Amino acid sequence: MKVKTVCLGVPGKIESIDGDIGAARVGAVAVPVNFMLTPEARPGDFVLVHAGFALKVMDSDAVAEALEIFESVAATRVRMDELYIRLDELAKGMPAVALMEVCGTHTVAIARAGIKARLPKNVNLISGPGCPVCVTPVGEIDMAIELALSGRARLVSFGDMLRVPGSNMNLDAARGRGARIDIVYSPRQALALAERGGEEVVFLAVGFETTAPVIAAVVKAAAAMGLDNFSVLVSHRLIPPALDALLSAASLDGLICPGHVSTVIGWAAYDGVAREHKIPCVVAGFEPVDILESIAMLLEARKTGLAGVANQYSRSVSRWGSPLARQAIDEVFDVADGDWRGLGTIKDSALRLRPEFARFDAAARFRLRARRAPEPEGCRCGEILSGRSAPPDCRLFGAACLPERPVGPCMVSSEGACSAAYLYSEAAG
Amino acid sequence: MRQDAFITLAHGSGGRLAAEFIQRRLAPFFPGLGEMDDAAVLRPTGRDIAFTTDSFVVDPLFFPGGDIGRLAVFGTVNDLAVQGAKPSWLSLAVVAPEGLPLDLFDAVVASVAAAAAEAGVSVVTGDTKVVERSGLNGLLLNTAGIGEMIPGVDLSAARIASDDAIIVSGPVGAHEIAVLGQRHGLGFDNIQSDCAQIAGLAGELAGECGAAVKWMRDPTRGGLATVLNELAVAAKATIDISEGLIPLDPAVRDASEILGLDPLYLACEGRFVAVIARSHSEEALKRLRLRPDGAGAALIGAVTDVGSRHPQVRLLTGFGSRRILRYLASDQQPRIC
Repeated sequence: MKVKTVCLGVPGKIESIDGDIGAARVGAVAVPVNFMLTPEARPGDFVLVHAGFALKVMDSDAVAEALEIFESVAATRVRMDELYIRLDELAKGMPAVALMEVCGTHTVAIARAGIKARLPKNVNLISGPGCPVCVTPVGEIDMAIELALSGRARLVSFGDMLRVPGSNMNLDAARGRGARIDIVYSPRQALALAERGGEEVVFLAVGFETTAPVIAAVVKAAAAMGLDNFSVLVSHRLIPPALDALLSAASLDGLICPGHVSTVIGWAAYDGVAREHKIPCVVAGFEPVDILESIAMLLEARKTGLAGVANQYSRSVSRWGSPLARQAIDEVFDVADGDWRGLGTIKDSALRLRPEFARFDAAARFRLRARRAPEPEGCRCGEILSGRSAPPDCRLFGAACLPERPVGPCMVSSEGACSAAYLYSEAAG
Repeated sequence: MRQDAFITLAHGSGGRLAAEFIQRRLAPFFPGLGEMDDAAVLRPTGRDIAFTTDSFVVDPLFFPGGDIGRLAVFGTVNDLAVQGAKPSWLSLAVVAPEGLPLDLFDAVVASVAAAAAEAGVSVVTGDTKVVERSGLNGLLLNTAGIGEMIPGVDLSAARIASDDAIIVSGPVGAHEIAVLGQRHGLGFDNIQSDCAQIAGLAGELAGECGAAVKWMRDPTRGGLATVLNELAVAAKATIDISEGLIPLDPAVRDASEILGLDPLYLACEGRFVAVIARSHSEEALKRLRLRPDGAGAALIGAVTDVGSRHPQVRLLTGFGSRRILRYLASDQQPRIC
């Protein structure tokens, strides 16, 4: 059985390809897909689709096998029950362990499947910084709002950015004051708007390594088309440097690493973190069965004292990830230091456009500068994003801070730890 | 392109052009407008009447399975139907921006007329306004509707008791997914909006089961989850539903996953939720399912703990866990992750 609303990377079976463009079937629906990053893909293959782009050709046999379990309620529950028993055995007599699920999509899947309530008492799951909307600093959100309000450009964004509070308002409120802001499913739609001409179009490029290659592909396409009215406001962040920074400050016993970021960067990308901090890491898929298997793998590693990276999500993740997606990032972006909400400035944790693509940099084009801005008063999103606090530790949680009136970003994004904890709270009785 | 292919401010001016516009483009579709006096005169049969109004905007104006015209008729008709009324009369107000192509306007008007005929209601009064282009994107339609209460129907949250059954009239969420798919160029070819009139189905249920039907509502914005929360509050009760029993088209489920949305919060435009006394729930379900427009009806849960000080909706998930299903915080939008 599948957790709905799991994550915006979904396996699609390719139905047709013509050049870069084609269609893939995701369960019962067909969607248009761009295959620029996976030229080796062929009809019948499974690909991981994110924001309208195929990121990687998956292991089709493994996907088919996994889908057989996930599409059956009975098979899923049998497998989950086996895994809960296995976890109880593994955890028996073990000192308390703190495992971090780095990715917000994992946080939601864990909450929706009610996993925490059934874990052994000494196994504690902590939410991490893997929610792009949440870690974007206030100053960068203010910059987008300033641009949108100035009327100099039409801003195009993924839906989850609209309600993130800036210093004075959010993008939704800016829209109410006349700013032109469009919400899209894929950045390709922003390119299509720019192609019509007549106005400046700026895409708000947030996201981790999963989204960065899609933005890179779009920027390359804009360059090839010679578009001079399209640019991107880049707020990308990179996961491994953030994990390194986080582990330098916090003590954790294992990491559940993000499945779709890893689909792009490969599981070897965590080798350094695992070695440096002597911590076991498991790259996990997003179905509840995947997550339970990953927890079991981490407890086994704990038992044997082995630190290193293991890959539970082999149907999508390989050692080196998706070569062309990585290449697209490298071609278009350089790494730079980046500010993270809750984690401060982290060396080499952000992306900026390379000089040859500098004309697509909206910040330079519209002379925008991110200013440091204070966090909302009383908000503990920073501590929550770095695993130092849990949502209920915050006095605002569920009181002054609610999904309909969010104070901090972790309550805005549906992948945010606070939103997940609030929306999917266990019912008594 | 011909100069007269677009709406101009003059069409709404009250002058000769406006009069011609109404005579040519509206009157032929709506015989109920009659002599075009300043107000319609209605002749109810003497029963209590239900009266409601709603305004409609949608982007895009035409989507798989419907358009703004059908929405505007069915939205109001359905609100009357879930109140236990048989819809009879509608008003129609159209607010259009200057520059709107006239053939688009005509297509919407034709659709309103067809939907009204389908729902068995008569458009008896109307208005058009043209506003400056900057003031409005697309079209705004407003309908008000009047219907007569069906004899023997007694809908009131106060009558809801523990163990009453909760029925939904068909698969949920298709409308919003069809609109979003169209808006974002995803073209889900096998998803049509559920946009339809439910007066026939709800009327039959109310008529046949009488007082055993205690409460009805249509899950439009905010979807099934929001209506169930409204029910919990209205009945001061706990609502227990099972995820596995909720009718959901696999294509809608998978399209929701692609867009990052929860189908339980997606708007429907041709469904209703009904609370029915347990003694009549099987009979009610059977009757609904006999009709083509009720073939997908399902019993999804029950009311418990009436009189509770903490009204809530509990969802028994497919994983066997039980969680609280809350109100929708804000409109769902396609997400990055």
